[in-house]
Amino acid sequence: MIRVFLAEWRKLRRPSLFFGTMAAIVGASALVTSLLFLLLDSARGNAREGQVINRATLELPHGLSIGFSSSAGLLGLVALCIFASQTAQEYTHGTLRNLLVRQPRRLTLLLGKFLAMCLFALISVILSAIVSISLAFALSGKAKVVTTAWSTSDARIGVLHTFINVLLSVIAFGTIGMILGLLLRSPISAISIGVAWLLVVENIIAATVKHSGKWMPGQLMNTIAAGGDITATYSHALLVLSGYLAVGVLVASVLFRRRDVSN
Amino acid sequence: MPPVATSELAISVSDLSKRYGERVAVSHANFDVPMGTVCGFVGPNGSGKTTTMRMLLGLISPSGGSGTVLGQPISDPAKYLDRVGAMIEGPAFYPALSGAENLRVLATLGGHPLDQVQSLLDRVGLGDRGKSKYKTYSLGMKQRLGIAAALLPNPQLLILDEPTNGLDPAGIQEIRDLMRSLANEGTTVFVSSHLLAEIEMISDSLVMLREGEVIFAGKTHDLLLQQQPIILAKSGNPKDLPRLLQLASEAGHEGSIIGGVAHILGPREWAPTLNKLAFESGIVLAQLSPVLPTLEETFFEMTGAGE
Repeated sequence: MIRVFLAEWRKLRRPSLFFGTMAAIVGASALVTSLLFLLLDSARGNAREGQVINRATLELPHGLSIGFSSSAGLLGLVALCIFASQTAQEYTHGTLRNLLVRQPRRLTLLLGKFLAMCLFALISVILSAIVSISLAFALSGKAKVVTTAWSTSDARIGVLHTFINVLLSVIAFGTIGMILGLLLRSPISAISIGVAWLLVVENIIAATVKHSGKWMPGQLMNTIAAGGDITATYSHALLVLSGYLAVGVLVASVLFRRRDVSN
Repeated sequence: MPPVATSELAISVSDLSKRYGERVAVSHANFDVPMGTVCGFVGPNGSGKTTTMRMLLGLISPSGGSGTVLGQPISDPAKYLDRVGAMIEGPAFYPALSGAENLRVLATLGGHPLDQVQSLLDRVGLGDRGKSKYKTYSLGMKQRLGIAAALLPNPQLLILDEPTNGLDPAGIQEIRDLMRSLANEGTTVFVSSHLLAEIEMISDSLVMLREGEVIFAGKTHDLLLQQQPIILAKSGNPKDLPRLLQLASEAGHEGSIIGGVAHILGPREWAPTLNKLAFESGIVLAQLSPVLPTLEETFFEMTGAGE
């Protein structure tokens, strides 16, 4: 297992992929947090989908981590792309046969790859947290947000909870990417279908069918990142999403284990 | 071929079959590859060579039959693949990684020492290009990297599918020498190639496939001996050749004229008789050479690939 993990990490740490992705994470996190504070008094809203997060909310202990949790959707999409491409490219490059000759235990190979990509996701979440929280402090003065509550233990616990929730959400996005990569065996197909579903299809369904959001995986991942929201409770989101992922992982694993590698 | 103990066999398959729906890719294949030999695996395109190799490596599951590799059943490839090196259907690596880093990925995965990567690159002639990205490699360089990757586990068995594709004549000779030296060191080499002259030069034994069926499995020398020998005859006067063919035909040996040389079917022992018949008819022969057909000629005859 550790050998698979280290081999996969060698691929993930290549500079163009690692630093390129981390730069995108820094940029996205900085953008979301900056907009949260700089558009604080804007009538058009300062958060996702035109929501308004007011000054009083930001001054609460958990206000420190709102920018960070708001970045979760973008972090998740990046994770989906990375997990999907790293999995499906083994088919398109034909490298899966090399990997399976060196590690014939297919589920071990799959788990090792997944854990290495989880480490990649963990680093991206840590980086996002550092950027968002640093920027929150840096922009609080300009936005006239009182930060007294941000130094309390409640705030620190809030950051920890948000970190765990964002990490869970990002890994869930990544897991969906990996499942799509295994099923479709093409990075382009896996990423385009995953992104189109999460960004377009789900939003259309959620906008047209009442209460459908609480059954949509993309909406539920955002709910988990936020620790529960108007779409669904945290426990509902965790339970339903776990069910979806369990079924997806089971189907993808059985297929990966049994399917002939003929390309 | 006399029976060989299972422990002395690198590969042994029995009734091995693979079916994709109605299409039969490999049908009831039976063959053995003794340890420490170079075994050629030949057959026309689509005859089932790569499918068979994939089954031996656990990449695809057989529809029927059984087999062992290094004494272990092919149903449990984890028991033998750490001693097997392979390159199947051409090299496949990550384009954005260097050649050396690609090898390090596989060495890490297989638990092989990373410090042998440079020596393997040197061995296949890529010592000074290890740091270049794989996507910048020529076809021949990619092929060499694939062979280096196959050598990572210091294998007891090396399975190579068309290893000389894209190589220049010097490269082909290098790979031929490499395979021979590995066999001399005790490694079994199971190699498929379209270059039958190469296979004939290096292989001790041969497995020949046609439309998914094994049509010969045994020593290369035995296969060639089974073939009808030919006597090549050349006269100082080319106009004598039709008469020479007529004399041979009257004696029960058919022949034809190819490139100004009479090719007459007949054993080596009949050559003096042909010489005598020619002399008595006033034909002076400039050349009289009994030869065995090459592997390529045998291949075409047995597989019908040239038809």
